[in-house]
Amino acid sequence: MGYYQPEDRRPPTTPQLALRVAVLGFVALALFAIIFFRLWYLQVLAGDQYLAQANQNRVRNERIAAPRGDIVDRNGRPIVTSRLANVVQINPRSLSQVERDAAAKWGHDAGVLAKRWTATHGARFRAKHAPPLPVYPAMPAALAARFAAVGRVVGMRATTIQKAVVRSLATLPYGAITLRIDVPRTMLDYLQERKAQYPGVLPDTIFLRDYPETTLAAQLLGNVGEVSKQQLAQPGFKGVKGGTIVGKDGIELSYDRYLRGRDGAKRLQVDAAGNFIGELSRARRNPIAGHNIKLSLDLGLQKAGQQALQLGIQAANSNGHPARAGGFVAMNPADGEVYAMGSVPSFDPTEFTKPISVSRYKVLNSQASGAPLFNRAVLGEYPTGSTFKPFTALAAMESGNATPNTTFDDTGCIKIGGFDRCNAGHFANGSVNMISALKVSSDVYFYELGLKTNSAHTETIQSMARSLGLGRPTGIDLPVDSFGNVPDWRWRQRIGNKEAACRRKLHIPLSATIYQAAAQGCGISDMRPWSEGDNVNLAVGQGDLQATPLQMAVAYSAIAEDGRVPRPHLGLEVDDSANRLIQKITPGAARRIHLDPTARQTVLEGLHEAASAPGGTSTAVWSGGTAPWPQARLPVYGKTGTAQTYDHGVEYDQSWYVCWIRDLAKPSDPGLVIAVTVEKGGFGAEAAAPAARYIASKWFHIKPEFVAGTSQTR
Amino acid sequence: MTTTPIVDPTQDDGIVAPRRSGLPFDGVLLLAVLGICAASLITLHGAGVGVSPNYYVERQGVYFGVGLLLAAILARIDYSRLRELKYGLYGVLIVTIVLVSALGSVARGSRRAIALPFFSFQASELGKVLLILALSAFVVDRIRRIEDRDTTARVMLAALVPAALVMAQPDLGSALVYVVAVLAILFVAGASWRHFAGLFALGAVAIALVLVVAPAAGVHVLHSYQTDRLTAFLHPTDNPAKQGYQQNQSKIAIGAGQKTGRGNQATQTKLDFLPEHHTDFIFAVVGERYGFVGAALVLSLYALMIWRALRILTLAKNLFGALVAGGIVAMLMFQVFVNVGMTIGIAPITGIPLPLMSYGGSSVITTLLAFGLLQSIYAQGRAAAALKGRVLTY
Repeated sequence: MGYYQPEDRRPPTTPQLALRVAVLGFVALALFAIIFFRLWYLQVLAGDQYLAQANQNRVRNERIAAPRGDIVDRNGRPIVTSRLANVVQINPRSLSQVERDAAAKWGHDAGVLAKRWTATHGARFRAKHAPPLPVYPAMPAALAARFAAVGRVVGMRATTIQKAVVRSLATLPYGAITLRIDVPRTMLDYLQERKAQYPGVLPDTIFLRDYPETTLAAQLLGNVGEVSKQQLAQPGFKGVKGGTIVGKDGIELSYDRYLRGRDGAKRLQVDAAGNFIGELSRARRNPIAGHNIKLSLDLGLQKAGQQALQLGIQAANSNGHPARAGGFVAMNPADGEVYAMGSVPSFDPTEFTKPISVSRYKVLNSQASGAPLFNRAVLGEYPTGSTFKPFTALAAMESGNATPNTTFDDTGCIKIGGFDRCNAGHFANGSVNMISALKVSSDVYFYELGLKTNSAHTETIQSMARSLGLGRPTGIDLPVDSFGNVPDWRWRQRIGNKEAACRRKLHIPLSATIYQAAAQGCGISDMRPWSEGDNVNLAVGQGDLQATPLQMAVAYSAIAEDGRVPRPHLGLEVDDSANRLIQKITPGAARRIHLDPTARQTVLEGLHEAASAPGGTSTAVWSGGTAPWPQARLPVYGKTGTAQTYDHGVEYDQSWYVCWIRDLAKPSDPGLVIAVTVEKGGFGAEAAAPAARYIASKWFHIKPEFVAGTSQTR
Repeated sequence: MTTTPIVDPTQDDGIVAPRRSGLPFDGVLLLAVLGICAASLITLHGAGVGVSPNYYVERQGVYFGVGLLLAAILARIDYSRLRELKYGLYGVLIVTIVLVSALGSVARGSRRAIALPFFSFQASELGKVLLILALSAFVVDRIRRIEDRDTTARVMLAALVPAALVMAQPDLGSALVYVVAVLAILFVAGASWRHFAGLFALGAVAIALVLVVAPAAGVHVLHSYQTDRLTAFLHPTDNPAKQGYQQNQSKIAIGAGQKTGRGNQATQTKLDFLPEHHTDFIFAVVGERYGFVGAALVLSLYALMIWRALRILTLAKNLFGALVAGGIVAMLMFQVFVNVGMTIGIAPITGIPLPLMSYGGSSVITTLLAFGLLQSIYAQGRAAAALKGRVLTY
């Protein structure tokens, strides 16, 4: 011991030290009091709330996708089904925060770029070009090696994987990143057995749509995809959760609420790194499969229709016409059930079950490839040529401008407004009445009717055409429908005003010709009023008339059914997965119009003679071949049409045929209405009429034959 | 009794004489310390993570054993002798911190520890006790000029040098403990209130400079993560995925514990939502597993410990003892409050461990050394009181 230093004597407990120790003690007391009160608040007062948060933390709800219902034809044959496909995904949590931040920044930059791009480019430019994307973030060597390893297995380059990862993280930061869809099972097994070698790779299965009939009815079916924001806002998608697979187009969209079923959910316990710990099995909700939709389509007839159209196109090509596309409809005239409806060229919808490249999508929409995605039966608006003549005949007779016996001398040409208007080939038919005019498709006769029914504010032919279903949507159960156009004086005025407004805006003189105006961005109309020529053109289905094959089929059905205008539809039944009926789909009621019985009878007679009597425009089509069509049992009421269309200033003939065929053996059977059109296919009897016979043969169980006619009439 | 034996003057009144084998010790303080040690082991066992379930429990047990042994040895030594070693202690403090900064292994972005065969030595932890001892000695040397501004300035400077060194590692938490400890020493020594007012003003200006002015001028004294962590508790829900994440998860864990705890259903701990649950956030584990009851019990043990330490301050036989005790009280109080405050969302995340509870050899042994010092101060103070008025033979 003996340690002593004078400074270190224990001072008596001075009041100062006592005060300071008291201060220290008080501070300690205060701090403990704060902690206790805070603990009391957290654990006792707000404990429930934090307990709920803790439970929320550890539980992940995972969707169990419901299998989508099948789409089957009227005989139960599958058109669209679902199958399980293997997918390779990357767990976003296996990526570092640096990567996620870089992806988020990339997404932000992309948004900024797109905004700037939208602001600086016009709508026309934007429609053609994709917005620019920012440069993808640099890939660290370790990540590149990791992606390269996975890429070697799944057949993708590391940079491609990185781009997919960045894009996915930018849009859905916590969603699994899909690399490849529909890979073989063996690939998944290989990856699963080497988890350490391929970190973060997740195997999964998804339902993909399967199309056993490939290109059949492809344009009607539509495709599926994740529900969009716009869809979620619609009443038809009430209760649908984000991320659900729903119909995007066609039948898939029209009948989505039956097809989609209800997704199930499982509740998974996960740790902080998102690793799966176990399933809370009591909280599982099983998915409910979607219902099947039975369509009115008959796959056999559908196939025959697409074949027939192909044959029609081939025939047109061999006649020197550059045909490559067309559309057809075959329907029940009474109840509007569509038995077959198609458009060629077609495509395989399977292509859309996986990500499709932009270039391939462009090809599918391009004129050069015949725009296979375009549904010509419903959306193809064309002048209809002579297939319109029955409507003119009905209008003229009902309005009293003509009778069945009204006769004109068809000399091959007629002078209207200083111009000669002639039959095809200036063929002179001689003296024709209503029936023979329909039979031989005399243009001159219908020009005369056009002249007779015209006035400054005429609506004679127009109102007949409209009441039969032209110029208005057909009401088919597809998400798309066409109006077409039935031109009249109001329409002329409307487009004239539009053109004037356009010219005022672009400072084009009102005196400029339509061609000059078109060169400068207007040119909708030459701004002339309704003229005699317009009505004459309409009388023969030319000029500004626009109608779709489906509208024509509906109009002929209305004539066949004595004024009952059917509402065409494809959906027939909602069935369960074993194809047992759950609910019948009732289409909207047919519209009724009044048709004068005599006028209707006259038109039907003319149509029948056109298809069966010597000199009829399509007689050769029906009577030719190895065995002539049994007109006695299955009378055909059909009209050819040859519409003049213009493509880049070059005139082409569009081949049309619309007919109604009755089955006299079955008086209660309404028969079949067929409408066929072949773009740039030549005369109606050359391509469309033989295709119609081919389709009809299939329906009425007659040996199908493609017999080209010779009639060179419009 | 018929005979009156010769009474040993050091043994009367039940006061234990300063005998080599019979020094008195503060039993209540020992009880509090052992209680906290037990709570630590139980909590670590319950948290049950790591290589093997009891990996942390076993190692922490060894640290307790070593630490208690060292504390027992220290308790038997007269702490006053450490006063003459002040330069040596201060030298060791600076040298070890510099060595660690130069040679240490990097863990989570900071170089704080040297990996030794059995545990990694964290110089900044041991430095807490070394600094308290050295600075208490400095203050004792200048006690006659304690009212001088010069004294306060020199002592503060002597503390700020190691504080700056550990801050560079970076270990902001330890640096703050150093500053608080030295303030407490000055406070107990009797430095003028005006000096404290001045120091607080300086501190406020420094904080403003570091957090607001310097970043605005483009100079970053603190790493951005440090700034974020320091300020995140002010707005925890701003970015729950980042800075606020740990604190939010900690609050959820404690709140979910409710009154009596979730026991083995403590999913926040089990599923790793709670970060660092065996070290910095161990109090959240207590809160989740054992509820308000468990948390209050642990806090009571700390309160007991601090009360006894304050009492020992007043019992010290000399100024040096009082200053050391004052420094230790401040060190313990600050660490407990900041650590617990961090887990319940009322203090920033600074990486300060909860003394004795948090897993970690350096921290545990340092705290037990401080405990040994407290016992030594108690024993010497008691012995001196017992001998008061008697002839002492030095």
